[in-house]
Amino acid sequence: MPKQEEVKYTKTHEWVHVSGQEALVGLSEHAQHEMGDIVFVELPKSAQNVEKEKPCAVVESVKAAFDIYAPVSGKIAALNDEVSKEPALINQSPLDKAWLFKVQMTDPEQAKGLMDWNAYQEFVKQNAH
Amino acid sequence: MITATAPRKTALNETMRKAGGRMVDFHGWELPIQFEGILKEHAAVRNSAGIFDVSHMGQLFVTGADSFKLLQKANANDLRKATIGKGVYSHLLNEKGGLVDDIIAFCLALNRYLVIVNATTSVKDYEWLRSRTGKDNVKVENMSDHYSMLAVQGPSVPKMMETFAPEALKLPRFGIVEKKLYGEDCFISRTGYTGEDGFEITAPHAAIQNVWDAMMDLGRPYGIVPCGLGARDTLRLESGYLLYGQDVDDDHTTYEANYGWVVCLDKGDFTGRDVLLKQKSEGLKRKLTGVTLAGGVPRPGCKVFKGGKEIGELASATYSPTLKKGIGVGYLSEPGLKPGEPLEVEVHGKRLPAQAARTPFHKGTAFTFKPS
Repeated sequence: MPKQEEVKYTKTHEWVHVSGQEALVGLSEHAQHEMGDIVFVELPKSAQNVEKEKPCAVVESVKAAFDIYAPVSGKIAALNDEVSKEPALINQSPLDKAWLFKVQMTDPEQAKGLMDWNAYQEFVKQNAH
Repeated sequence: MITATAPRKTALNETMRKAGGRMVDFHGWELPIQFEGILKEHAAVRNSAGIFDVSHMGQLFVTGADSFKLLQKANANDLRKATIGKGVYSHLLNEKGGLVDDIIAFCLALNRYLVIVNATTSVKDYEWLRSRTGKDNVKVENMSDHYSMLAVQGPSVPKMMETFAPEALKLPRFGIVEKKLYGEDCFISRTGYTGEDGFEITAPHAAIQNVWDAMMDLGRPYGIVPCGLGARDTLRLESGYLLYGQDVDDDHTTYEANYGWVVCLDKGDFTGRDVLLKQKSEGLKRKLTGVTLAGGVPRPGCKVFKGGKEIGELASATYSPTLKKGIGVGYLSEPGLKPGEPLEVEVHGKRLPAQAARTPFHKGTAFTFKPS
């Protein structure tokens, strides 16, 4: 499983691990910390088409609901049913056990525009209030 | 009205930050939304002990020979229940039967009352009561700026009090005792907003840090944790307690809020009584009704449907950590709904199965209280 330095990040705090035509997607450590205790997850449907930067899933903490945006366009190739059953996994293991879904990319070039670890850290710092 | 640019800080602000509180602006007060996590804090209060800084709450003192007369006229509940050393939960009503505020009025001594009011309404309540004193011998003072307040809540809390304030252990629910703590005149009452047994300690700012430290020390064997507004909200909603400004306001009556037990129609005249009497005889058009969802997390503003027809929206709603499902309350236009009747709640554009439910959703130790 990826380390947080090895994955790419979106401005909406998803992480993306690209392997060939496939992109594994989850929520960043920073995002889970900000959201607090996560109690409900609604994943996309199997084989659903998702579009880059459009909401495709919902994560609910006790406090509030958060949209999850598809970092790349494509078709859902796999879903992590474990997080649906145990949403707290996102708090406990956001980068490992709590990956959310895998996208079969239509345009792998899209992943290249995402932030690397250093850029993401800088982005988080600049958006802190 | 002055709009403050920066939120007000309580005397415990620095203590909250050092304890890891994530501070937010709550109606003009800087308070922690959570410390380690809402679920942990919620569970600590339900199972053992939690402590909250509730210094944003207000304190009005009503004194003088006509203090009872003023409060009895302004409240839906019967102030005769507040004998010396006891308080009564009540609704301050306007002429339309709507809530000016929901309060606890404690009788400290003959002709001396302490009224605990909500943070956002303390000035409004003070002005409302003062405007109704006429030529009577009664003085209303807003002492909110002089006091801090802690809530120590949970089934283990009485054990913590054994050495700190043994007199508080003898208090019944809504009992109050005055006690000198760290050289300051303080009040300890057996009240709270969590549904669990526990105490609220009202103290001048100079003493509050010492009280906080003492509670943390005495609570250590019981795993006491500091709790934020997040847990305060899930605990109070599970317990069916109202949040002023969200569940009730000037335009909703006590009956509509499904708090009929607060109304004492036979106590004599009081402000708003004729409207309540009319609602009682003619029936309600809307009533604050409990709703539960098997899956999904409802939020305030979610629409509620029955048989495909929209019948209202949720005023308060959240995930219930105790029941492990979505709960909420909303004004529904079918006041005769029975617990268990099927409904639907729209969450993220989808209508999810739900049902009408009895409130409180969960009864903690405050509901099964037996004095020691």
